[in-house]
Amino acid sequence: MSIGHTLLGLLESGPRHGYDLKRTFDEKFGHDRPLHYGQVYSTMSRLLKNGLVEVDGVETDGGPERKRYAITDAGITDVATWLTQPEKPEPYLQSTLYTKVVLAMLTGRSAADVLDAQRSEHLRMMRILTDRKRRGDLADQLICDHALFHLEADLRWLELTAARLGQLAKVVAP
Amino acid sequence: MIPAGSLLAAHDLRKAYGPTPALDGASFSVHPGEVVAVMGPSGSGKSTLLHCLAGIITPDSGSITYAGRELSTMSDAERSALRRSEFGFVFQFGQLVPELTCVENVALPMRLNGTRRKAAERIALEWMERLEVDDIGAKRPGEVSGGQGQRVAVARALAASPKVIFADEPTGALDSLNGERVMQLLTDAARSSNVAVVLVTHEARVAAYSDRDVTVRDGRARDLEHAV
Ligand SMILES: Nc1ncnc2c1ncn2[C@@H]1O[C@H](COP(=O)(O)OP(=O)(O)OP(=O)(O)O)[C@@H](O)[C@H]1O
Ligand SMILES: [Mg+2]
Repeated sequence: MSIGHTLLGLLESGPRHGYDLKRTFDEKFGHDRPLHYGQVYSTMSRLLKNGLVEVDGVETDGGPERKRYAITDAGITDVATWLTQPEKPEPYLQSTLYTKVVLAMLTGRSAADVLDAQRSEHLRMMRILTDRKRRGDLADQLICDHALFHLEADLRWLELTAARLGQLAKVVAP
Repeated sequence: MIPAGSLLAAHDLRKAYGPTPALDGASFSVHPGEVVAVMGPSGSGKSTLLHCLAGIITPDSGSITYAGRELSTMSDAERSALRRSEFGFVFQFGQLVPELTCVENVALPMRLNGTRRKAAERIALEWMERLEVDDIGAKRPGEVSGGQGQRVAVARALAASPKVIFADEPTGALDSLNGERVMQLLTDAARSSNVAVVLVTHEARVAAYSDRDVTVRDGRARDLEHAV
């Protein structure tokens, strides 16, 4: 996910301090991994340099100085563009698995075992997500469902590939 | 050969229809309160395995024990009594009795076990409430949606307090949302009442509601946990 766009989007409702941005981000999107302060500050200085945010005020009140950021018009346009642009479907997993299957065949190992191991790992992950969904709120449910449908698609591919191993072997290692 | 603590266990089941082997040395076990998904390609023998485990069909060879009793040594009458009192069933299409109202359908297994009508219908309504279909109690199966009918079928399977529920593609005819709901309600209810579930499905998202899965390929069940 694009942290820059997400932080920008959070600024649309009004100016915020870096600390406030981090807290809101973690609360809304950081289920798995909260942001580091370093990430927030490096992201904000990049956005600043690109003119997508500006400094809206600096407070010192005794401690270290705290910048308050505001989104610019260019920043708002940037968020809008990001939101309308669909994400590139990533076939990375399939290509790794395909490599493993072919390599197993080439080296005389069991490609079916490779697929079976992956299949149970996928199902194990799906159980964890299903359990989290069962106990979570609507946001958890939607996020888990998205992951679940993707894992399911991978699983279908694993099953179809398992059913075609004989065919594949003839092509790969005749 | 029976895994310790199992409620229902099958060992080396074989069943052929003419020359076609449907089961070819399948083994399986389920513990009390455990939800086990039976997966595998179409025609691999999942339904045949479920029907054997439930005592609906008799395998050509192999053993099936329920609570320590060998099914093949029971008479037909004993086996159907066992099915009525200990087992519940949910299939792809609800298989509700069309002439009865939904509440009468849910009450039916209890009535067959000798519970009086009033008591049976009161318990039936409690289960329908848990499955969020108490508002359609007076309707007949033909007058409710697929998802509602399936929840009525789940209520019927649970209401007679069985020890095992056999579910063959219980969400096969439902859309994603209704399928998820049925699975959630079925597994929640089963877990809180310590009912074992044998769940046949080819959908991974449905199987993800289980505690464990077994894969059937070419009539052989591969039980990874109890692999020999
Ligand atoms: N009553 C029957 N008469 C003859 N052959 C049968 C009968 N029932 C099943 N078979 C055969 O036994 C094999 C296993 O069938 P089964 O119904 O158990 O498969 P399944 O795994 O449940 O498939 P599906 O996912 O399509 O429901 C198949 O080859 C099938 O054609
Ligand atoms: Mg079947």
